[in-house]
Amino acid sequence: MSATTKTPTVPEGRTASQASAVTRLLGDRRLPVLVTAALFLAMYITGLSRYQNYGFAEPQVFLNLFIDNGYLLVAAVGATFVILSGGIDLSVGSLIGFTTMFTAWLVERQGLPLLLVIPLALAVGAFGGFLMGYVIHNFEIQPFIVTLAGLFLFRGLCLVISKESISISDSTVSSMAQTRVSLGLGELSIGAIVALVVLAAAFYILHYTRFGRRVYAVGGNEQSALLMGLPLGGTKIAVYTMSGFCSALAGLLFMLYIQSGDPLHAVGMELDAIAAVVIGGTLLTGGSGYVLGTLFGVLVLGLIKSIIQFEGTLSSWWTKIATGVLLCAFILIQRAMTARKQT
Amino acid sequence: MAEPRPVLEMTGIVKEFPGVRALSGVDFRLFPGEIHALMGENGAGKSTLIKVLTGVYSLDGGTVTLDGKSVHIGSPLQAQQAGISTVYQEVNLCPNLSVAENIFIGREPTRGGRIQWKRMRKEAAELVDRLGLDIDVTAPLSSYPLAVQQLVAIVRSVGTGDSDGEGSGTKVLVLDEPTSSLDRDEVLELFRLMRRLRDEGVAILFVSHFLDQIYEICDRMTVLRNGTLVGEHMVRDLDQVGLIELMIGKALDQLEELHEHQLRSDVGETLLEAEGLGRAGGIAPFDLEIKKGEVIGLAGLLGSGRTELARLLFGADQPDSGKVTIGGKQVSMSAPNDAIGAGVAFCSENRKTEGLVPDLTVRENIILALQAARGWTRPIPAAQRDELVAKYIKALDIRPANPEARVGQLSGGNQQKVLLARWLITQPQLLILDEPTRGIDIGAKAEIQKLVVSLSEDGMAVLYIAAELEEVLRLSHTIGVLRDRKLVARLTNGPEITTSKILETIASGEHQ
Repeated sequence: MSATTKTPTVPEGRTASQASAVTRLLGDRRLPVLVTAALFLAMYITGLSRYQNYGFAEPQVFLNLFIDNGYLLVAAVGATFVILSGGIDLSVGSLIGFTTMFTAWLVERQGLPLLLVIPLALAVGAFGGFLMGYVIHNFEIQPFIVTLAGLFLFRGLCLVISKESISISDSTVSSMAQTRVSLGLGELSIGAIVALVVLAAAFYILHYTRFGRRVYAVGGNEQSALLMGLPLGGTKIAVYTMSGFCSALAGLLFMLYIQSGDPLHAVGMELDAIAAVVIGGTLLTGGSGYVLGTLFGVLVLGLIKSIIQFEGTLSSWWTKIATGVLLCAFILIQRAMTARKQT
Repeated sequence: MAEPRPVLEMTGIVKEFPGVRALSGVDFRLFPGEIHALMGENGAGKSTLIKVLTGVYSLDGGTVTLDGKSVHIGSPLQAQQAGISTVYQEVNLCPNLSVAENIFIGREPTRGGRIQWKRMRKEAAELVDRLGLDIDVTAPLSSYPLAVQQLVAIVRSVGTGDSDGEGSGTKVLVLDEPTSSLDRDEVLELFRLMRRLRDEGVAILFVSHFLDQIYEICDRMTVLRNGTLVGEHMVRDLDQVGLIELMIGKALDQLEELHEHQLRSDVGETLLEAEGLGRAGGIAPFDLEIKKGEVIGLAGLLGSGRTELARLLFGADQPDSGKVTIGGKQVSMSAPNDAIGAGVAFCSENRKTEGLVPDLTVRENIILALQAARGWTRPIPAAQRDELVAKYIKALDIRPANPEARVGQLSGGNQQKVLLARWLITQPQLLILDEPTRGIDIGAKAEIQKLVVSLSEDGMAVLYIAAELEEVLRLSHTIGVLRDRKLVARLTNGPEITTSKILETIASGEHQ
C-alpha cells in the first residue's frame, strides 16, 4: 500500500483537522500487522530466555515453524483473499481432508503417478471453489451458507472414497517428504518452500495486479465497486476459486507432511486459517489487511504450539486456549480501529 | 453556448417497477458545455431517469442516443465506457483505498500485468493538479472529509478514458445531489470544478434540492412531475416561483397558507416534565416541560445535542441523571418500549437505517409500531388493519397509494410519510420528529409542516427538530436553543423572536 508521511491536505477554506499521533497510529492500516509482528517477536524472545538451555535458540526451531505450518500458511493465504473481499470460506478444512484422501486413493489404490495426481487434485480444488463462488455471486447467497454446504459436501466425499485412512508408501511421496533444502543455518522442507512461494505470489497478486486491487475494492464497498464499473462477479468467483486452489495445495502439503490420507484429516482447520488471518490484522468486514500479516498470524499460532511443546508439562489444549485469547484481543483492536474511522 | 446537436438525447423513456410507473415517456436532451438541472419533486422520477441513463436500471421503453449514435446502456461499466460518468449523493468510492487508486481503479496503468504504482500516483497527481485541487493522492480516501471525497469522485469520472486509450473520455457527467451534505465553502469548491469542466466541453447533469444552487450554476433545466416531462427551460427564462409551480403542478397558494397560519395560542396542561435529565457525553442535564398541543422546536447547530436530547426522552439512550414524568406519573425510560407505552413516538433522522424496513411493504411498515404496542399475541384483525392503512395513506397522501408497494422503492418524501404514519397510527401523546424534512422536496416539506400544525391543533404535543431555523420558527410555540450539548435557552415564540435572535442565542450561549 501507499506509504504516506505527509499530512493530508484539504482544499483551501478549511483547516485540516490535526490528527494526534495516537489517532494517526490507530488510523494506519498497517498497525495490526505491526502489532502481530511485535507479538511474534516478544513471544520468540520469551521463548529464547526460558528455554535457551533446551535448544530453542537453534535457527532450525524457527525454520521448523515453516515446516510444521506450511500447509496452514497456504490455506490461510487463500482465506486472506476471501476475507479481504468481504467473504468467508468454511470449506477449507474439508477440502484439505478431501485432497489428502483423493490423492492417497489415486496414488495407492489406483497406482497413478504422483506427478499426474498433483495437477488433478489442484484442479478439483479450484473447481470446487469456483462452484461455490459461482453460487454465491449468481444466486446472491451468503458465503457462510454456501461454503458451509461445501464443508459438509467435501467431508462427505472423503467418506465416499474410503471410511478408513490410507497410508502412503509410494516412494516418490516419501522421498519428496523427506527432501530438505539447506539454507546454511538450517533446512526447509519442500512444503515450507512451496508455502513461501505461494505467499510471495499472493503478495504480488494483491498489490501489483488489477485483480488484487479489485479484491480490496470489493471488500471495501461492494456497491461502490459495482458502480465504479468493476467486474464484481468475476472478482468474487476468482477469489473463491483461488481459495479452493489454495486449500487443495494445502491438502497436498498436509498429505506430504502426514504421509497418509484420512477422512478426518484437518477437521476444523478452516477455523485455524481464519484465526491466523484475523490475528494477522485483516478486517473480517473486508477491504483492509495484508497477506504478510497472515504470515505472522500463522507464525504466532505455530510458535504457541512450539512453546507448549518446550514447556513439556502443558496439555496441547493450551494451544486452543491461547489462540482463543489472542483472537479475542485482536478482534478488540479491530473494533477500536473501525470505531475510530466512523467518527 | 448550446450547440445545434445535443451530445445526449433520450426519447420516450419508460421505466416500470412492480406497482409503480416511475417514468412514462420522458424526453431529455443534454448539450455539450452546459450545466443542466434536472428538477422535480421527490418521486417525480429524477433518480430513476439518472439510473436508467447510467445503466443501473434497464429501460422498459424508449431510446438513448449519444453523439448521434443509438446506444444500449446495460451496466454502469458500459455507461462509463460510452462516456457517461456519475457521482452519486452517497460517495461511491472505496474508503479503504488511496485517492490515486480510487481515481484509477479498474484502469490502472500496467506493464506486463504489473501495476505501475509510481506512474499511477504521478498521473493522479497531475489530474488533480490540472483540475486545480489540492489533494494528496497517496493518502487513503477515508482520511478526507466527505466533500473532498466527492471531488475525488468527480476527478475519477473525468479521468475515465484518460489512460490506456480505453473509452473516449467523459462526455456526460451526472451529479446526483452532490451538495446535500456540503457546507457553503465546499459547495463553492465544487462549483468551481463544475465550471471548469463545463468550459472544457463536458455536459453536466446536476440534481439538487437547493433552488438557489440551481440558479447559481445551471444554464438550462428539465422539469419532471409524476414521471412525465413538464418542460425544458433556460434557467434565465424561469423564475423560482414559476419553477416551483411547474414542479408541484399547482400554484403556490397552498404553501403560502402555512406562512399565514396562526399558531394555536392556548396550549393545554402539562404532558411531560423532564427534571435534570442528562447523559454524560450526550447532553448536559436539562429541565423541559412539554404541554399538550404544544410544538417545541429545537434549534442548534449539527452536533449541539438536539438528537441526543430527543433520544433521552424516547429512552433510546439511558439517562445518567434526572427523571421524566409523563401525565403525572414517573416513567423509568430505560428502553424505547417504556416511552412507547407512555405515548411517546420518535421518528428518527436516519429514516433508512433506524426507521423503515425497505424490503417490507408500505402496509407492513405502517403497521409495525401498532402491532408492537399491542404485543405479538394479539394480531390486528385484517379488515381493521387494511382500513387503518388505507386511512393514513390517504390522510398523508402517500404516493403511490398502494399498500403493497415496497417502501424501498418510494421516494424520500414518501418514505418519511410512511414513517410518520407508522407512529400516528399508535396515536401518541408526544411525537418527536428529528429532521423530518431533510432531503425531501419543497412540496412534501410543506405537507409535513402542515401536518404538524394540525396535529398540534388536535392536542398532540410535538418536539420538532430541524436544521432550518425558519422551519423551527414557523412551527413552534416554544423554541429550545442548544449549544455544545447543553440546552441554553427556552424562547417563547412571538413577533419579537426572529431567526437572527435565535442565531444570536446560539452564538452567545446565554441563559435567559
